[in-house]
Amino acid sequence: MRIIKFLLRKEFLQIFRNRAMLPILFVMPIIQLLVLSFAATYELKEVDFALIDMDQSRLSRELTAKFQATGYFKLELKTFDQSEAQEAMNAGNVKMILRIPSDFENNLSSGKQADLQLIIDAVDGSTAGLIQSYSSSILNDLSVSKLAELRIETPSQQIQQAKTINVISQNWYNPDLDYITYMVPGILVVLVSMIGVFLSGMNIVREYEIGTIEQLNVTPIRKYQFMIGKLLPFWVIGMFDLLIGLALARFGFQIPFLGSLVTILVVAGIYLVVLQSLGLLISTLTHTQQQAMFIAWFIMVIFILMGGLFTPIESMPQWAQNLTLTNPIAYFIKIMRMVLLKGAGWKEIQFMVYTLVAMGSGLLLISINRYKKTTA
Amino acid sequence: MNSFSGFVTKEFKQIYRDKRTLTVLFGMPIIMLVLFGFAIRNEVTNAQIGILDLSKDEVTRTLTQKLEASSSFQIRAYLESYEEVEGLFRKGDIKEVVVFEPDFKEKLIRDNKADIQIITDATDPNLANLVQSYTSNIIRDYVQELNETGDVQQAGLNPKVRMMYNPELRSVNLFVPGLIAVILMLISALMTSISITREKELGNMEILLVSPLKPYHIIIGKVLPYLVLSVVNVVTILVLARFVFQVPFQGSYFLFFTEAILFILTALALGVFISSAANNQQTAMMVSLAGLLLPTVLLSGFIFPVDSMPVPLQIVSHAIPAKWFLVIVRSIMLKGSEFILIWKETAILAGITLFFIALSLKNFKVRLQ
Amino acid sequence: MPELAIQTENLTRTFGDFTAVDNITFEVKQGEIFGFLGANGAGKTTAMRMLTGLLTPSSGKALVSGKDVYSEAEAIKKNIGYMSQKFSLYDDLTSEENIQFYGGIYGIPDKELAKKIDEVIESVGLGDVRKKLVRSLPLGWKQKLAFSISILHNPKIVFLDEPTGGVDPVTRRQFWEKIYEVSDQGITVFVTTHYMDEAEYCDRISIMVDGRMDAIGTPKELKENLDAVSIEDVFIQLARSAERGDG
Repeated sequence: MRIIKFLLRKEFLQIFRNRAMLPILFVMPIIQLLVLSFAATYELKEVDFALIDMDQSRLSRELTAKFQATGYFKLELKTFDQSEAQEAMNAGNVKMILRIPSDFENNLSSGKQADLQLIIDAVDGSTAGLIQSYSSSILNDLSVSKLAELRIETPSQQIQQAKTINVISQNWYNPDLDYITYMVPGILVVLVSMIGVFLSGMNIVREYEIGTIEQLNVTPIRKYQFMIGKLLPFWVIGMFDLLIGLALARFGFQIPFLGSLVTILVVAGIYLVVLQSLGLLISTLTHTQQQAMFIAWFIMVIFILMGGLFTPIESMPQWAQNLTLTNPIAYFIKIMRMVLLKGAGWKEIQFMVYTLVAMGSGLLLISINRYKKTTA
Repeated sequence: MNSFSGFVTKEFKQIYRDKRTLTVLFGMPIIMLVLFGFAIRNEVTNAQIGILDLSKDEVTRTLTQKLEASSSFQIRAYLESYEEVEGLFRKGDIKEVVVFEPDFKEKLIRDNKADIQIITDATDPNLANLVQSYTSNIIRDYVQELNETGDVQQAGLNPKVRMMYNPELRSVNLFVPGLIAVILMLISALMTSISITREKELGNMEILLVSPLKPYHIIIGKVLPYLVLSVVNVVTILVLARFVFQVPFQGSYFLFFTEAILFILTALALGVFISSAANNQQTAMMVSLAGLLLPTVLLSGFIFPVDSMPVPLQIVSHAIPAKWFLVIVRSIMLKGSEFILIWKETAILAGITLFFIALSLKNFKVRLQ
Repeated sequence: MPELAIQTENLTRTFGDFTAVDNITFEVKQGEIFGFLGANGAGKTTAMRMLTGLLTPSSGKALVSGKDVYSEAEAIKKNIGYMSQKFSLYDDLTSEENIQFYGGIYGIPDKELAKKIDEVIESVGLGDVRKKLVRSLPLGWKQKLAFSISILHNPKIVFLDEPTGGVDPVTRRQFWEKIYEVSDQGITVFVTTHYMDEAEYCDRISIMVDGRMDAIGTPKELKENLDAVSIEDVFIQLARSAERGDG
């Protein structure tokens, strides 16, 4: 329709003329993608530790060396004073204390259990868990090799044996447990969401505040034409950003693209409409940009944090997992991951897509109804 | 002073009358804390797993039962063959398949050793790690039980692990301090920056500047209501954290509140700075979002450990006030640290605050805009 | 073409228990310049909103260009022009772009639109600055531009809401000359204003007080009825009895 053409032209002119807005629309998402992808990881890079070696034996030194040799553990403090080590942990200078008692080597070489103590800073439970895992496997390896040596050197000696169950782990789709592969699809979703929710809604409220809305209300522009004029430009920009993001993901981050790109784009288009409708709805609730923005932010932060991007949805209690059923971001993140990383097709994602369509239609209808051209 | 107190009164009234925003400003921290306290966790609850039991004997059944009994897992599928795994994963709900090798019980008795394979859907590496370690823990506990009945100690290295400050590895203990920072940043920086640019946009700023009010009067007047709001929020969050979530508080309340007020001032200073530089609300808002809030959530150590980030990002995180505040708050709350242990971080925060206040004043004076 | 541009009968609008417009009944003839006066808070803006389809009346009847404001609001909008106090031009578009936008909205076909753009630019005198953002234009030019845009599509009636606010006397004079031109072409001009001298330029005027229409007629008639020397006098006499007004 011709009217829509004129509305669109005006909107695009205004968007591109807004010097401050341009970097936000095009540059910021890219920067966010880069920063986020690299920042969002639980991998261990370096663990500073303190050593209390009461044994000072060959074995204890070998143990210490093994820890350092992994490249993960860095010896920061050597002391005999427990409280000094504790202070260092309190101050945040070390994350772990390795305490080797004085009969360490003796116990091991006589085929007995050799105790040692690991004190770990558990403020961050995930990291602590990882530190424990890594330490355990270092100790386990050392234990196994030492016991093997022992059997060879002193075959007569009784080595206490208990039962063990070997746990062999296999990680599918992401064998290196690479965080980037996992995060990037989700981050792409978030980026696009920001544009979707904020900008369309903000724009409408802005016209209110400036006063041009009255002028528009007096013209023959119909409700739906006005809405399309406000939504379409940002839909286009959102899709554009997504494409750039996907390109970066594929060629920059080497994310596997097992599934169909077309599927992703179609779902993305629907998803953007859902979010824009949400932004629209919010804009009908308030007349000031400040309020609109605040409400939008509030909702978005909740959706994002509960969307399974940073912490797994499976970790949530049942009621929270149920809430996730109303969270469009959660759906899209799941779809992205399933399609890109596992090669899922229409069959697996169709119900989620139907849900998104239902959400979008619902939100759109409600906001259009609420949005009255008459200003009373 | 009269004109100043009049101005401050107007600011308070304006905010107080804006019921919608007020609801969000007070309600939001509470809702966020409740949501994140209960829902944002790195613990595993009710993760859906599958069992491929190639042995089907007493031991494997016992182990399966133990897994089922654990609150971490829910067994959703019993597989008959290896081939089923892929289809199951692709559907997306099952996160792990536990495989018991054939003749499991015999191998354990005869060779003292048997194998369990844990196949995880590692598209979410974090979850994969967690699920794996929970499963391993259950298996390890079982092994210990087995061996205890025989009264035989395992030869070799035996680490005794002690988790300090947070023995149950509760992630809520990690997140709550971060939440305080995020909410304070949101309120102080965002609201201040928008509130000031709003006056600019509507043209009231000129009137203010022409009045007997000095620029710093205006800034303080704009900022004061949000300072009060923020302090109320901090108290609210703390009370909730203590009594609803049992987050420990080992250190001094006085120190905590002093540091909190310092951080609020930092956030406010940033908000004022953005508003002194931005020309309209939309810009102020987007810059606050992109430049303050997002980095605070992502790079400050709120969820993802700073130590895990690549070095360039670690350097960037030094510039983020929330990062320092998080160290301070976690130290006080979880480690019971005294000032002497956190003076460095405090000084940095103070420095950042002063820097931005100075910049803002400069901006304000130079531009009547 | 109907004889009457505007026809109302007991037009009322309430907000809760506050009556903004209280049973006003009046007519505006096609082609006349009708001045709609009243103190602040007297109900002028509300009345005008109802006539332009921005607000639904609480009760009463109103026909604009023969069309019912209740059921034919959309049709009315196609045939009226509007210029508000704030001028409502897009600051971040150029004069050209503003004309093009509003022209397109009102359905002016492309070729004709291009011609009109040139015409307006020339008549307002924006030739040198046509590609400059409206933001940079002085108030008087913005006003003229907004007015030209409001009549771009040859509406039958044009509603002007305090069009000359804040502009110097010379520019105001020029503006009213334009209003006369437009009126000569047969377009009805419905204008609200604070300036009493402008009231003299109108064919007929009405004065609203406390939501009621307390006077209506030619400026001459009004002055004679109240034995007043100027419209200002008339206004003061009527407004003095008002209960509402600037607080």
